[in-house]
Amino acid sequence: MKIPDIRYIVTGAVVFLVVMTFPFWYNIGKAASAPEVSLDTPRIRQMAEPQCVEPASYMRANHMRLLEEWRERVVRQGERIYVAGDGKEYLMSLQNTCLDCHSNYDEFCARCHDYAGVAPDCWTCHLDFPRESK
Amino acid sequence: MRTGRRSFLKIGAVGGLGLVLLPAVKGFAGSGEPRDSARAGSTAGRKWAMVVDMQKCWERGKGCRDCILACHRTHNVPEIPDPEEEVKWVWTERFEHAFPEQAHEYLAEHLRDNPFLVLCNHCENPPCVRVCPTKATFKRDDGLVMMDYHRCLGCRYCMAACPYGARSFNFRDPRPYLRELNPAFPTREKGVVEKCNFCAERLEEGLLPACVEGCPAKALVFGDLDDPGSEVRRILAGSYTIVRKPELGTRPKVYYVINPGAGNSGGR
Repeated sequence: MKIPDIRYIVTGAVVFLVVMTFPFWYNIGKAASAPEVSLDTPRIRQMAEPQCVEPASYMRANHMRLLEEWRERVVRQGERIYVAGDGKEYLMSLQNTCLDCHSNYDEFCARCHDYAGVAPDCWTCHLDFPRESK
Repeated sequence: MRTGRRSFLKIGAVGGLGLVLLPAVKGFAGSGEPRDSARAGSTAGRKWAMVVDMQKCWERGKGCRDCILACHRTHNVPEIPDPEEEVKWVWTERFEHAFPEQAHEYLAEHLRDNPFLVLCNHCENPPCVRVCPTKATFKRDDGLVMMDYHRCLGCRYCMAACPYGARSFNFRDPRPYLRELNPAFPTREKGVVEKCNFCAERLEEGLLPACVEGCPAKALVFGDLDDPGSEVRRILAGSYTIVRKPELGTRPKVYYVINPGAGNSGGR
């Protein structure tokens, strides 16, 4: 192989590496901050001690699994009551339990889903709007 | 090791015996596990049915649509004017459409001219369940033929299979066609099939179906076929009742009381 060929190859490889890694070093130090979700809804404000059906850390990581389990049990097995880890009973319902407290779609659901780039279509059927206090 | 013809046959025989015994062993081993039926909701161990007495309905007033409105409001059923795209859970039909094989040209006037209330029959042997490729339509132990809208992919096989036309397809987003929203019940979306669910969500709360509760004439009676003392069993035992298209073998669980004459007050 002749010398000039190597020069071209090395130059090409360097340019290729720079272009390929451009997004990584260009974005160093500019990581998007984790989304802030709002828990300020009329129903949560009424609670003496704001509490979800399971601990917040569990819900953050597993709410989609919990909802899928609820869906399966309600729709296919006709069960409606969920017994939480602390023994409390809840109605298994996205619309009537979850969204009753979290009635602020834009500040709660959408913030994380937009950040994570996921677009669940729960709301095409399950209504999400603030309800009057019962 | 050399395998002789005799030892080869011996091993084969023992292996074969094991395969024969396996199902029996599995049966014994599995008997202690909880079964799905034991985990069903509060309506387990029942067989829901409805009796419709149209005579009471007609006496009250021919234009009464209270049951239909109660149902459609409770379940966010849209009012789409185009009959090709309409969605209906409960509606009315003429006798010859509801009971085609029992109609004839000399039919009693009150049967011929008056509307019959029809809805999903929650068949004992539902054809819609058999054809659904995703099991989005399924039958529960209590006889309710249910839809899991999450699984429905809109193929409409069930609509083709249902001999009662009891299923509607959402050709468009139903929300703009809802006059008032019931916040407690979801809407459906474009591309899914829907139908009457016998108010499964109300039954589990111990309530009667919305149409039964909404009928001012008490023309609709709902109850448990497995309970010999129930109101539905009492009516079925004491009246002449028919079902829709019995010749198809679907065994509908919506029964219609047929009264002998137009002048009959409907009292029993």
